Amino acid sequence: MAQLLEPIAENLWTNEAEPSLIGGRLPSGKIVFPYPSGDAAEGVEPWRLSRKGTLWSWTRQDFQPKEPFEGPEPFQPYLIGYVELPGEVIVETRIVDAKLEDLKLGMAMEFVVAPFDATRATYAFRPEKA
Amino acid sequence: MEDVYIIGAGIHPFGRTDGRSGRDQGVFAVRQAMADAGIEWTDVGCAYGGSAAAGSADIMVNELGLTGLPFINVSNGCATGGSALASARNAVAAGECDVAMAVGFDKHPRGAFNAKPSDYGLPEWYGQTGMMLTTQFFALKIQRYMQLYGITRETLGRVAEKAFRNGVHADHAWRRSPVDLETILNAPMVNDPLTKYMFCAPAEGAVALILASGKKVRELGADAVKIASVAVRTRPPGSFEVFAPSVDIENGGKPTILASKAAFELAGIGPEDISVAQLQDTESGAEIMHMAENGFCKDGDQEQWLREGRTEITGKLPVNTDGGCLACGEPIGASGLRQVFENTVQLRGRGGGRQVPGAPKAAYSHVYGAPGLSGVCILER
Repeated sequence: MAQLLEPIAENLWTNEAEPSLIGGRLPSGKIVFPYPSGDAAEGVEPWRLSRKGTLWSWTRQDFQPKEPFEGPEPFQPYLIGYVELPGEVIVETRIVDAKLEDLKLGMAMEFVVAPFDATRATYAFRPEKA
Repeated sequence: MEDVYIIGAGIHPFGRTDGRSGRDQGVFAVRQAMADAGIEWTDVGCAYGGSAAAGSADIMVNELGLTGLPFINVSNGCATGGSALASARNAVAAGECDVAMAVGFDKHPRGAFNAKPSDYGLPEWYGQTGMMLTTQFFALKIQRYMQLYGITRETLGRVAEKAFRNGVHADHAWRRSPVDLETILNAPMVNDPLTKYMFCAPAEGAVALILASGKKVRELGADAVKIASVAVRTRPPGSFEVFAPSVDIENGGKPTILASKAAFELAGIGPEDISVAQLQDTESGAEIMHMAENGFCKDGDQEQWLREGRTEITGKLPVNTDGGCLACGEPIGASGLRQVFENTVQLRGRGGGRQVPGAPKAAYSHVYGAPGLSGVCILER
């Protein structure tokens, strides 16, 4: 149950039954992710990002990254990619509940909070269930 | 502006040199460049240089001589060498001195780079969750590009095959044995669709270039090549760059397109006038995409170009004649200057087994790196 795990960082996604990533809306109307920190946050309104999007690109991490990576041991390859949230922004994300060969450009994806290690959760997208 | 020339080029072999620091490799390259130019250290009026991971360049005066010259440390990531070159050129063009030096060197530990999120203004979770890897960026960029423009895995393999074939003839290259296409395609995957042989590795090495005014070239009777233009550009809005937790939905420009256009305009020539090119090939896909971003072909045409061997040394536009980053490895501070070194070799006709036939007249180099910057240099004979 990913919801019972500690989020890997605060204010990355909303704390609600159907959580969303927290982006920012610049005064120009442009949407960014993540919500900026420090002085860059001035005038930026928190923005609940769409939970659905389409796959923009993907790859699989097949070797264990050096620190600051904190993934569980032993290392397991994982999928990452970019998901385009229509009219908002294209976000980089873990991809779960899929195999490399399942992934296709433009396929429908949905937001999910997923386990990162034994104690922490991170955000991810997965292929939308038909 | 006054024309500025390269009159000396030196290189410390790339790869691994245990027991010699990055800076000592730099001093080695400087001495070789001075001998090539036929000058002494006392002739050098100003110097620019740096590394990403091997310390400051100006301490080299301990070995080279305490002549009192201004020696500016350059720290500009992957564009360190290119920025040193641009600065040295401007110093000569402005009349500050008749002879200037640009040097870049580095020495990285084995394995992929592990950048610190805070160095790039990014949150810690971005690194902790395993999304802050340069190799992923290149895989993600070429994956999308392959889908959009019909580039095949075989074409990725051909780029690497060519690199190792060319590296055989370059004394300074790290990988100097050919690798066949099957081996490249079937090697362990690093980040899909890129296998182990399609990626360059962080390495060690150094390059130094001696620049001079036209007056000095005549005085020395030097074997000179003209710097037609140098342009370094950072990213415009809407570009997709390394270390990006998000990308704008509106597709914008690219730093390479900006730097390329600026360099061609300054030189007053176009892509069709170039006889040899060194393009950033952090991995096979980068060379393919950079062929189009630098204006040499249309998106998707690379499939045919590679199949027909147009980027081979004997082809219409030879690309990465010394094997590029794939065969030489990538010491960040030296990598961009290696490309200019190789173009100097080619224009002087000193390429030996990798010499581009027909006395090339114009040579193009392009370096790309984090956090989204490109440097282009055009040389003319």
